Amino acid sequence: MQVALFITCFNDTLFPNTGKAVVSIIERLGHQVIFPEAQTCCGQMHFNTGYQVEAMPLIRRFVEIFSRYEAIVSPSASCVGMVRDMYRYAAEVHQDAQLAQAVALLAERVYEFSEFIINRLGVEDVGAYYPHRVTYHPTCHSIRGIHVGEAPVQLLRAVRGIDYVPLGQASECCGFGGTFAVKNADTSMAMLGDKLRHILDTRAEVCVAADNSCLMHIGGALHRQRSGVRIAHLAEILAAQE
Amino acid sequence: MNNPSRTAMLAKIRAAIHSGTRGAHHESQTSVPYSTQDDGDRVARIALFAHRVAEYKAWVGYCTADGIAVAIAERLTFRGKQRMVIPVDLPAEWLPVDIEFIRDTQLDRTVIAGMDGVLSGAALGIAQTGTIVLDGGKFQGRRMISLLPDYHLCMIHAQDIVGVVPEAFAQLAMMRQTPIQPYTFISGPSATSDIELNRVEGVHGPRTLDVLIVQ
Amino acid sequence: MKKPESVIIELAPRFEVGAKSALQNTQLRRNMGKATQTIRGKRASVVDELADWESLRVAGQQIKDEVLQNLDTYLEQLEATVTQAGGQVHWAKDAQEANDIVTRLIRATGSHEIIKVKSLTTDEIRLNEALELAGITAIETDLAELIIQLAHEKSSHILVPAIHKNRSEIRALFQKSMNLPDLTDEPSALAGAARQFLREKFMSVRVATSGANFAIAETGSVCVVESEGNGRMCLTMPEVLISVMGIEKILPRWQDLGVFMQLLPRSSTGERMNPYTTIWTGVHANDGPKEFHLVLLDNGRSDVLADAVGRQTLHCIRCSACINVCPVYERTGGHAYGSVYPGPIGAILTPQLVGTAYADSLPYASSLCGACYDVCPVRINIPEILVHLRGKVVAEKQTKPQSWFDGENVGMKAMALTFAHQRTYELAQRAGQLAQWPFVQDEYIEQGPGPLGKWTAMRDFPAIPAQSFRDWWRERQRDE
Repeated sequence: MQVALFITCFNDTLFPNTGKAVVSIIERLGHQVIFPEAQTCCGQMHFNTGYQVEAMPLIRRFVEIFSRYEAIVSPSASCVGMVRDMYRYAAEVHQDAQLAQAVALLAERVYEFSEFIINRLGVEDVGAYYPHRVTYHPTCHSIRGIHVGEAPVQLLRAVRGIDYVPLGQASECCGFGGTFAVKNADTSMAMLGDKLRHILDTRAEVCVAADNSCLMHIGGALHRQRSGVRIAHLAEILAAQE
Repeated sequence: MNNPSRTAMLAKIRAAIHSGTRGAHHESQTSVPYSTQDDGDRVARIALFAHRVAEYKAWVGYCTADGIAVAIAERLTFRGKQRMVIPVDLPAEWLPVDIEFIRDTQLDRTVIAGMDGVLSGAALGIAQTGTIVLDGGKFQGRRMISLLPDYHLCMIHAQDIVGVVPEAFAQLAMMRQTPIQPYTFISGPSATSDIELNRVEGVHGPRTLDVLIVQ
Repeated sequence: MKKPESVIIELAPRFEVGAKSALQNTQLRRNMGKATQTIRGKRASVVDELADWESLRVAGQQIKDEVLQNLDTYLEQLEATVTQAGGQVHWAKDAQEANDIVTRLIRATGSHEIIKVKSLTTDEIRLNEALELAGITAIETDLAELIIQLAHEKSSHILVPAIHKNRSEIRALFQKSMNLPDLTDEPSALAGAARQFLREKFMSVRVATSGANFAIAETGSVCVVESEGNGRMCLTMPEVLISVMGIEKILPRWQDLGVFMQLLPRSSTGERMNPYTTIWTGVHANDGPKEFHLVLLDNGRSDVLADAVGRQTLHCIRCSACINVCPVYERTGGHAYGSVYPGPIGAILTPQLVGTAYADSLPYASSLCGACYDVCPVRINIPEILVHLRGKVVAEKQTKPQSWFDGENVGMKAMALTFAHQRTYELAQRAGQLAQWPFVQDEYIEQGPGPLGKWTAMRDFPAIPAQSFRDWWRERQRDE
């Protein structure tokens, strides 16, 4: 099948390896990846910070660019949540029935990467090999927003050679929260402190998640503290082969 | 009614309802209705009630219909209670002889407060939550007598124990008087968790609660 | 625009500022962490017991939606049924009017002292202060409220107001104010001290005030949920009872209590049922007060009702489940919110009651983690409302000329314009790749310029790779 990749603005710019990993896995599983180059940003940061009027052109643009595709996959649970939940809300608030309808149709075809592999493709073992000690942080958008459930952990457990360690108090927020990380930096860091503690307690070498946005926050502190622990997106683990 | 605030408030509310209505939300939610009764196993229900009441640190015991006076005597002797206030309609057959029972004929509050305890019946019990409900009806008296003394011995008939909370409200509605009587729901002795969230028994209201289930 | 009335704590700083100092209070961090973790565990355990918990939540949401959609009708019905049962109903459009009504009613009894059951609504309208001005002393009878009153402090949690105090702090307070020099810090001793102190009041004071957890339109019954027994005392012993209730607290039918008396105890104290609940209807001969007054309070609620997105805030039954689960509240405590209502519910209710302009930092006091929505027994979509209120804050800010010079506003607008076209977006990527080089060391930026500095003050930032994903994709397409 043809799969349109919704890379997200920050993955495109800061974490291109995640995108490359997604492409390689989907192709490995026998499907074709399309990259609609006109895409830029889903508008989440603006919208969630209160710049909703400013976000509307980005929202409309996204809907227009992606509406023609049967399946759209993104390695960002938060951006998928934006499209699936907040786009509907944005259309409602702006009383745009046409946009609301387009969004309703589109939302059903947008997948977060791990739920795409598990639910849509029905695959658990993607043929990955990753001989490292790994822990997994379930981001708030992935578990409470779009409800990916156990999909990411199922995929990780199927990786050959992996030493998977569950994270303590895993479902607690890491403190990123988009612009919250800067506007309420002190509280954000207080929350991160506890998340780091749990990560370090696992003695893992790598902390994995389905969102690079949260990982940027976690990894930024892991690096600052010279903790010897690094971050990686789930797709990069699954793309690794012998 | 000639009340400008009332008129203004209602007008504002009506305007607000109109402007604030929203279209349907498609939120994923269950359409399974909540339960309005338990599975009907009466023996299990009574055992559950007793277990749940005991979990609140209240004492629970059983007696038969013709063993009530003996059971009461045992309990009150064990607790060292000698002067008990009772509702005016409490049956004389319930009362053991060696203990003084004073019927609440609109007694003064200081007299009630000076009693060793109160003996009463109950309107119903809720097994799921270990709750006793008083409705001022048969053998219960007014609220003050089960509130001021430091000890409450409560008799509840097994058949008056319902399974779940919605059932209790349905049952109480059927037993409703006119005018509607005041209700007190009791789930264990009084407690507070305000000090470091340690549950501490006994602030106001009876600090000791004994429950006798009559089967 | 409304004046910031009673619900806001005077001179409270912006949330970020209050939070920063609260975060450094190690005693507070310890107390809060322990307390909220305990309550979370208790709640989880009693909620897991109920197979129909989600069904109850949906029922709770639907009943509250029905109430709000027909609030005028249910208020009129409640007025009729309460009046028929011998009670008197008063209508108060704001805090001032409510305080005037209550003061007048107390004055009519000739009492200068009243006993109170804890009521957030009376805290919201600052009833105690209004009564003091009128020469009436209001004695709080809830243990925690008593602690707060004696300490001359403000509550930091809607259910456990003294959650920020540990036992030795409380002992010190009681030793001083109750003149009990030998008091230990055992919780049972502290509770015993309170019992004795208040007993005398319960026996003699003739007037009491309370709030109301629920009022049933169908029957005119009012319900108060509590733990200690002081509620029962205040609702039974005095001659005159005055209950102040927010208009949204109505339930349509008696039977609806079967839903809410499951949702509330399990969500608030994490118990199957709280120790005492009193449900009374008007006045009843020979049992309880001879006079009952119900004061219906608006004070901004009709404004919340008028907001299509915000209206669901009025579902709130003040259980505090959201507060107990919030990772922000756990670390900052309640005072940082500067309002009678702290935590997630406070962050959405406060700005809606007083106007977002007067509480503009509260909608941002959240990482939008959604834990609150998960536990809310009446399914208030708190994250959605927070985003909605942020939109209002920004829109209001943008009506002022100063916004032209506001860094965040200018930056966000510029970024939105840049990202609206592929060409400008790609140019911005390129510009970033080039401009960063003075700041990059070993693939990280540890001291970023300008706005990036706010990030790098706390954590490192990854360098922008020389080749973006789309660069790589195009190269791959060319090579094929």
